[in-house]
Amino acid sequence: MDIVNFLMTPEIFLVWTSLAKTLGLLGIILGFVSYTVYAERKVSAFIQDRVGPNRAGVPLTGIRLLGLGQPIADALKLLLKENFIPNSVNKFYYYIAPKLAMIPPILVLAVLPFGSELFGVPMVIADINVGVLYVFAVSSLGVYGIVLAGWASNSKYPFLGGIRSSSQMISYELALGLSVVPVFMIVGTLNLPEIVNYQVANGWMIAPYWIKDFDLAAVMANPASLGPLLVSSFSLQQLLLSVPMFISFIVFLVAMFAETNRAPFDLPEAEQELVGGYHTEYSGMGFALFFLGEYAAMIAGSGVIVTLFLGGWSLPLIPDGSAGWFWGLVNIAVFFGKVSALLFFFIWVRWTVPRFRYDQLMKLGWYFFFELALVNIFVTALIIAFIKS
Amino acid sequence: MALVVKRPTLNFAEKIYLPALLGGLIITIKHFKDRLLGKTKVTMEYPEQKWDAELPDWYRGAPTLVTDEWGRERCVACQLCEFICPPRAITIKPEEIPNDTKWAKVEKRPQEFDIDMIRCIYCGLCEEVCPEQAIFLRKDYSITGYSRAEMMHDKAKLYELGGIKSGVVNKWNEKK
Repeated sequence: MDIVNFLMTPEIFLVWTSLAKTLGLLGIILGFVSYTVYAERKVSAFIQDRVGPNRAGVPLTGIRLLGLGQPIADALKLLLKENFIPNSVNKFYYYIAPKLAMIPPILVLAVLPFGSELFGVPMVIADINVGVLYVFAVSSLGVYGIVLAGWASNSKYPFLGGIRSSSQMISYELALGLSVVPVFMIVGTLNLPEIVNYQVANGWMIAPYWIKDFDLAAVMANPASLGPLLVSSFSLQQLLLSVPMFISFIVFLVAMFAETNRAPFDLPEAEQELVGGYHTEYSGMGFALFFLGEYAAMIAGSGVIVTLFLGGWSLPLIPDGSAGWFWGLVNIAVFFGKVSALLFFFIWVRWTVPRFRYDQLMKLGWYFFFELALVNIFVTALIIAFIKS
Repeated sequence: MALVVKRPTLNFAEKIYLPALLGGLIITIKHFKDRLLGKTKVTMEYPEQKWDAELPDWYRGAPTLVTDEWGRERCVACQLCEFICPPRAITIKPEEIPNDTKWAKVEKRPQEFDIDMIRCIYCGLCEEVCPEQAIFLRKDYSITGYSRAEMMHDKAKLYELGGIKSGVVNKWNEKK
């Protein structure tokens, strides 16, 4: 009993639950990363009328399982490959660059509320008040991995990739930061779990058409009560705000594509122009870390978008974790379901849109999205100031 | 006069780029959906599914040597194929047919006949040049081996692949 009492003291409880959450989330995310690679290959194959990976299944049995063993086989191959280091590289930065590309996206996950609560434990690792600032600060560090890799490789194509990455960052980062300001103006906090709670009460940021205090059983019993409920739930301010929110969402989504180096903004890799871009000189596990870092960044980015605009772990008519552990698990599943849907969108766009030219991306960032995000802030401010809710 | 190419003037929908983007997304998701429902015809899965039954008659696979219907090896070691072979894959060592055997009047036959399948380009010139119709490109296309020596088809291997072919060349047959 002593041990149980010890574990239940508040400080110790916080420590071991945080550890358990960290390990659990890390496990889920790493699995997600490898199967996102599989999804990327499979979806691209299907879009291009091909078969895609379909052979690697259970080893030595001939069971194929639609190629679901492929990520494991890929990881084993990359682990066992020789980590060749060219003679001309700057060894220290060459070593450190892949780690710098992999770690920031994983750090971002620490502040994402990936579920409501489970057994009374809130499903967020670090419930900090500067959540979104932390996300921007850490995820921007990811670019250092790419720039350092390009510079340390001491080779022209990686160098061009690194330069492109840094110039790409300055052109989208402003739009990325400004596009979420309207969200904070509406919610009034930077704390990510609280942003999700606001969306649970008032509807998702991009679709705030929520009926407040909706009770399905009561409405079924008395259908006439739906009318007044609708009138009382929707205010003019709320409806007007959905327009700047939608613009915010589009700008943020596009900027996130650039942030995660995904097509159509995958200029740092641009394999047709720059051989492999920043990771040309990497092999084995170094290359794998860049590759996994890209997908981890995609997942973290999708998690941020889901949390800010798509209602986080919430789904209409589904109670949160205080209603029981089952609903807590359902909330976690909903969050990852939304992230998966967004990841599919990322992949879908990559195999649809051709890559932007270098100057086109700069033009897009500086001439359109920056202004759009800026005007959006003022429009939101005016709506909040002059139209009473 | 120089040709003036008119620049297209874009309307608003084309300028904001998003409708075109959406159109592209719809096209790709249609392909995805059709492939998912199995409506798309996709590539054959090679080692399990083969196209052997549909190979055309003129398919040029591995070159082989054939015997005629009386069991005589048709090759008379004239070496025309050796000389015409563009990658010089064929090596023939001729020998005389002993006088006391049945086909003594043919006079020559190959003692050794090697085709290096690493070099062979399946062009079919050997078949075309052969005056005795002794060498044919058959339909074997998956010629593989673990060593260079294995890829060297000798006389026995070539006859094994070629088999018997009854044809129009009857000049060595006494009955005709």
